[in-house]
Amino acid sequence: MKIHEYQAKELFRKYGVPVPNGGVAFNSEEAIKVSDSLGCFPVVVKAQIHAGGRGKGGGVKLAKSADEVKSTSKSILGMNLVTNQTGHEGRLVKKVLVEQGLNIKKELYLGIIPDRSTAKFVIMASEAGGMDIEEVSEKTPEKIIKIFIDPISGIYPYHCREAAYGLNLPAGSVKEFTGMLNSLYKLFVDYDCSLLEINPLVITAEDKVIALDAKITFDDNALFRHKDILEYRDIDEEDPLEVEASKFNLNYIKMDGNVGNMVNGAGLAMATMDIIKFAGAEPANFLDVGGGASAEMVENGFKIILGDKNVKGVFINIFGGILRCDVLAEGVVKAAKKTGIAVPVVIRMEGTNVEIGRKILSESGLNLITAIDLQDAVGKVAAIVNS
Amino acid sequence: MSIFVNKNTRLVVQGVTGKEGQFHTRQCVAYGTSVVAGVTPGKGGQKMDDVPVFDTVNEAVKKTEANCSMIFVPPPFAADAIMESADAGIELIVVITEGIPVMDMMKVKKYISGGKSRIIGPNCPGIITPGECKVGIMPGHIHKPGGPIGVVSRSGTLTYEVVHQLTQKGIGQTTCIGIGGDPVNGTSFIDCLDAFQKDEQTKGIVMVGEIGGTSEEEASEFILKNVTKPVIGFIAGLTAPPGRRMGHAGAIISGKSGTAQGKIDAMKKSGIHICENLGTLGEICVSVFKNA
Repeated sequence: MKIHEYQAKELFRKYGVPVPNGGVAFNSEEAIKVSDSLGCFPVVVKAQIHAGGRGKGGGVKLAKSADEVKSTSKSILGMNLVTNQTGHEGRLVKKVLVEQGLNIKKELYLGIIPDRSTAKFVIMASEAGGMDIEEVSEKTPEKIIKIFIDPISGIYPYHCREAAYGLNLPAGSVKEFTGMLNSLYKLFVDYDCSLLEINPLVITAEDKVIALDAKITFDDNALFRHKDILEYRDIDEEDPLEVEASKFNLNYIKMDGNVGNMVNGAGLAMATMDIIKFAGAEPANFLDVGGGASAEMVENGFKIILGDKNVKGVFINIFGGILRCDVLAEGVVKAAKKTGIAVPVVIRMEGTNVEIGRKILSESGLNLITAIDLQDAVGKVAAIVNS
Repeated sequence: MSIFVNKNTRLVVQGVTGKEGQFHTRQCVAYGTSVVAGVTPGKGGQKMDDVPVFDTVNEAVKKTEANCSMIFVPPPFAADAIMESADAGIELIVVITEGIPVMDMMKVKKYISGGKSRIIGPNCPGIITPGECKVGIMPGHIHKPGGPIGVVSRSGTLTYEVVHQLTQKGIGQTTCIGIGGDPVNGTSFIDCLDAFQKDEQTKGIVMVGEIGGTSEEEASEFILKNVTKPVIGFIAGLTAPPGRRMGHAGAIISGKSGTAQGKIDAMKKSGIHICENLGTLGEICVSVFKNA
């Protein structure tokens, strides 16, 4: 789960990690109030959306007076912010973070992630702050310090010292930095984070270490033990169909194509999207109804897929195995009658009683086209949407 | 021959009295797996069909000599169940549970490292040696016993699709393993490839990967250096958008890392036969494995 920068900074404050003074605002009057309370200029007005690259997209601006706070917050709030991470459709800005401007001497990068292959946490630090860290790691990997932490024994002071001296910090900043890194690690572990990133972490003219930016994502599987984090969820940042699907426990991701598809199992769902593309069509979505696919899941899946008006044909690919195909077919027919399908549906299913299942589908009187295998199915659905 | 499970496997099911546990225990028994015990704390002394239920794994092992466990315990309690199994001396721990927090699995992995237990999964369909032993939730009847092909995959139903196509073409399997779709798992591609290479009956391998992480790239390097048997590779997720979790917790492209194309390129470099279109997998297997 993603959260906003201002929410991540709230967590930073809770853990004693220094952040600039500031506050969130939903309109320009509130922005001015926050700016007044800071009592200094310049201030920075930052768009709050769940995507990076905001500065380059025009979502971060400096304001040198109350009038400028008003005009910049007015221009950013309500803008459709397009960045390299939002896709071409962009994201509507509904809130801004207003913060004190800082006197910056140096910009650094600091991140923590779990490393999949070693099953350890890895702290990444670099003097090349403020830049795209992936680019740095690709072109100049020697500029990134990596420190691995065993999840059972946890962080030790030498880990923090290694990062501090590796970053060539001014002598006066080392102690502050090591304390801060220790707190960030604690926050990471306490909240089951899957990513914590500060880019840039700045050293000010006064040698203070401050988190100018803050990005945290959480392990969805661990949210059951962090009810307080769930309150940070911002449904405005999610696709409405995806929000609807999540209510039914369906894994749905909207895409740009016109072949709606419903599959049981994530791997097979991805492979089904790929095969649609190979057949010369474009998938409209990813939809995994779960390995055990029940008739009820299929019905809910239908509703979600048909909620996307771009869909010109639907491909259902269910590898039941243990699941009986006659039961599944009855579920599909019932769901199709209930939701009222206006587009052709191609169904490929496999499992026990597959012949009876196909018979139920073809005799249903509905626009349901059966297929014998993957190739057959995808050929049929591609022909429909491309005709 | 086969790898990891065979007719000598003695299975204990953790979470045996739950809905999923009951259903799949019965399926395993019906397939011929020797299910010797079940564990549900508080239900010791009861029976699930003919399977005796114990309060702890330790007790189950002492009374039944179980050497393999299958776990259906819900995510918040799964790490506990895995460590209990390892401490009871279980050699192979198959974790079906989906949704275990990553941090729990990191700790479990460190905890059991150096011991004698192997974990398969979590978030996996399990492992089957056709005709001998099924420890998992896969449909048994789609498999064809006798080899000569080993299958290893990060996915569930996608593996069934692959096995189904092999069987349809008359190609049998030695052992099929789902290593799971989570970012941190127990047994890796490399562990399975190594075991298949050493297994005499296995003459060829199908490896099914997906987007996210670098395990396919690492496996490709391993294959180049250590595997002499023909390998066919398939990667799901060519059309997956970056930054989105595609169902499996581990199936996510982060920036430029973990893409399907990157994995396919790495596999090609290592001499692995690539199947790009899943619909044609069976045919490719026929042509690559015809001499196997």
